[in-house]
Amino acid sequence: MNDLTPPTLSRGCRDEPILKQRGQHEVFCGLTGIIWLHRKMQDAFFLVIGSRTCAHLLQSAAGVMIFAEPRFGTAILEETDLAGLADAQVEIDRVAEELLARRPDIKQLFLVGSCPSEVIKLDLTRAAERLTEKHAPSVRVLNFSGSGIETTFTQGEDACLASMVPVLPKTDARQLMLVGALPDVVEEQAVSLLNQMGIEDVKVLPAPRADADLGVGEGTVFALTQPFLGDTHAALTRRGARHLVAPFPFGEEGTTAWLRVIADEFGVDDETFERVTAAPRARARKAIAQASEALRDKSVFFFPDSQLEIPLARFLTRECGMTAIEVGAPFIHKGIMGPELDMLEKGPRLAEGQDVDLQLARCREARPDLSVCGLGLANPLEAEGLATKWAIELVFTPVHFYEQAGDLAGLFSRPIRRAEMLKLDPSASRGANA
Amino acid sequence: MKLTVWTYEGPPHVGAMRVATGMTGLHYVLHAPQGDTYADLLFTMIERRNHRPPVTYTTFQARDLGSDTANLFKSTLENTYERFKPEAIIVGASCTAELIQDDPGGMAELIGLPIPVIPLELPSYQRKENFGADETFFQIVRTLAKPMERTKQITANLIGPTALGFRHRDDIQEVTALLSDMGISVNVVAPMTSSPSDIKRMGAAHFNVLMYPETAEQAARWMERTFDQPYTKVVPIGVGATRDFVDEVARITGVEPYLDDSRLRLPWYSASVDSTYLTGKRVFLFGDGTHVRTAARVARDEMGFEVVGMGCYNREMARDVRAAAKEYGVEALITDDYLEVERTIEALQPEMILGTQMERHIGKRLGIPCAVISAPVHVQDFPARYSPQMGIEGANVIFDTWVHPLVMGLEEHLLHMFRDDFEFNDAAGASHHGGHAPAASVAGGPAPRPADSPRDISDERNGVPLDQGNVIWLADAEKELKKIPFFVRGKARRNTEAFATERGVSEISIDTLYEAKAHYAR
Ligand code: SF4
Ligand code: SF4
Repeated sequence: MNDLTPPTLSRGCRDEPILKQRGQHEVFCGLTGIIWLHRKMQDAFFLVIGSRTCAHLLQSAAGVMIFAEPRFGTAILEETDLAGLADAQVEIDRVAEELLARRPDIKQLFLVGSCPSEVIKLDLTRAAERLTEKHAPSVRVLNFSGSGIETTFTQGEDACLASMVPVLPKTDARQLMLVGALPDVVEEQAVSLLNQMGIEDVKVLPAPRADADLGVGEGTVFALTQPFLGDTHAALTRRGARHLVAPFPFGEEGTTAWLRVIADEFGVDDETFERVTAAPRARARKAIAQASEALRDKSVFFFPDSQLEIPLARFLTRECGMTAIEVGAPFIHKGIMGPELDMLEKGPRLAEGQDVDLQLARCREARPDLSVCGLGLANPLEAEGLATKWAIELVFTPVHFYEQAGDLAGLFSRPIRRAEMLKLDPSASRGANA
Repeated sequence: MKLTVWTYEGPPHVGAMRVATGMTGLHYVLHAPQGDTYADLLFTMIERRNHRPPVTYTTFQARDLGSDTANLFKSTLENTYERFKPEAIIVGASCTAELIQDDPGGMAELIGLPIPVIPLELPSYQRKENFGADETFFQIVRTLAKPMERTKQITANLIGPTALGFRHRDDIQEVTALLSDMGISVNVVAPMTSSPSDIKRMGAAHFNVLMYPETAEQAARWMERTFDQPYTKVVPIGVGATRDFVDEVARITGVEPYLDDSRLRLPWYSASVDSTYLTGKRVFLFGDGTHVRTAARVARDEMGFEVVGMGCYNREMARDVRAAAKEYGVEALITDDYLEVERTIEALQPEMILGTQMERHIGKRLGIPCAVISAPVHVQDFPARYSPQMGIEGANVIFDTWVHPLVMGLEEHLLHMFRDDFEFNDAAGASHHGGHAPAASVAGGPAPRPADSPRDISDERNGVPLDQGNVIWLADAEKELKKIPFFVRGKARRNTEAFATERGVSEISIDTLYEAKAHYAR
């Protein structure tokens, strides 16, 4: 927590071996990203071409955020579609037409592929092109896959953003693009910090509306705000944009390092950097110190879920005094994750992919003070006396940058404080709904 | 293709999961992609189960397609057997695996595990969750249950309860007590609470209590044919139905009918004067067929409501619900289209909804009170306290639950003049939407404003369109308003302001206040 650019000297965990097991995964598929993407893109509709399972997944994951007429829906494939009695392309047109006729507010329509649509090889690219031609310029139709055979949880956002890159207009302007769908409040904070440093031309992907003047080209440099955007990274690179490799803006340290990389690119002098960041940094440190009291010297175990695991392990070990036992991620993109791995001190077991039963066995054996896991595992672990933090909250809650650093620590400390607070006989209270 | 926004039922394999998760000693090996593991959270989060559902998913990926998915299934099945050593295994495919046609049942047979392996054929593109549960339970019973000697005493199996069922946990206890009061004990409760070895001895019971036709009717019919076990047709929800149930059990068993109603309070609560205000409340019912049919009877005959509409989302029950609807003089709504249900409710403008968690959302939006009577339900519908729907205590619970969202009788009197308030009535419903945007009439419809979140009907801010902020209260009127009891003052204020706004009156005088009172009086 001292003033620093990322300590690239030590190689941290970058060259550590990674445990790869193949068994049952216990993660959402990429469709889940629609839940937060549709809130972010206010004129977009997400039409999943899938099964009743896909519709049920969206509904179950949306859980507490059910809206009357959400800007997403599922075109459920029926027997007739599968038996080839109905031409699926014609059917997609029909559903899309119906939808657009009733929702004139929709300017971007995403056709989202699912496992069933991929298995029957439904060509959504063709459908999107045809529909775009028909509805241009008022509606732009794109497609991406959120299927569980291709994507894991947050990779849906990656696929969505990547699908938008090829159709961005070309611009030669020297500009900074922030990439990742963040809650507005967080995004505004980031942009404001950068503006204060004199970096004026800051764009965000995804833009809140289709008509935003967002372009890309050789003058563009981009910074990722989320670690799971590998395909988007590749797509932007293909358009001539250059990635500013940095740790991710979680915690005081991560945020500072992330800003530092951008500041250096734009020639911001140290004095300005210090002037702009000093106050929020101090606030962040103070908030983290308070919120992380309960975390000191506690151990944490990450089940793979959102791809945020490595940056969060870095934050928890370096800024909150925790020890990481295992850091599991669904997928580890070494290029993007490099600076994070450098900062993560050797010690934890790194794991990619999953065999959930074997991993549960390791977790039980280690008995960590906190397990970060998906919703399917949380209560069963709690019932075994292991405190948990459900990972999905980390993508629904504002946790990036300075002002949220304390909240981020709080998300992890609350379950531990709670476990310490409750004066209940666990054997009596656990297992009522056996 | 059918455009769907919210669904009442999940896919059929979720029904199979409800059966497996309710049981012990049974494991489900499901050929499915990784995202389908979301279904675990239904049980661990919504129902707060303390263990993972006994389901192992193969979680095949794109790169396995065409080459290795079948082997993946085989190794998963073998590993699962080794790891969990269940008494029996059910195997099946989710919607995606159905398309790749690996035939889990056939493969399982080839492996030849030393325990019963029961293949499930659940057509994902035609049927839904309830069918999945019903079919799964039927296959398990058909495979495992064998004819056997009857117990010496009269015993019954209670069939139909599953994991994630609406109040199944407590209904089991209540029905067990009803039977026990008649000297009848329970042989097996299934699927929930049973193991495969329990299923094997179901034939020993003298009859079956079919608690939930949605999830156990096929099994009931099969056992009737095969074991000569009659099954009950009356579902004991409500006072009248509970009495009928007792009579039916008596008829089946030859035991004297007996009902201990010393703890029954619904009839008196309903007769007491405070309940007068319930008279003729216009209610709309929607849910699964069984709960809707039973609730309709309670609503009319035991609460004194007027049934203005009813329907169910499970087509399997369409015939029964249509017949029941006829009795109430209404047209049944048989649909699983959430938006159609919403349109119907908007058109009917009931004073109360008895429905599922979906209707609770519709109610919140339209400002109509709602009580939940049927799955699908959310986490708060799995209460910590004992709260059955069936039997004597079930009737008491129903009275309390249904009255809860309504105002109390005394308050209703004070409110008489403000009866048209948005919270009880339709007329001002649209003001919830800020301006008078019509609610969506079809898939799509206007997008909710980004900041909108599910509303709470008791939240004042939502009731008052902002433009009423322009209306000024004159000092006298303000004083008069203060004389109105505090707990109805807010409503009086809102109604008066709405009244003034509607007429373009910008200042509220005492006269305006009383004109409003007269206007809203009925
Ligand atoms: S209001 Fe809706 S989201 Fe919230 S608990 Fe109830 S059903 Fe679930
Ligand atoms: S894993 Fe596949 S089938 Fe399952 S919900 Fe996701 S996209 Fe749909």
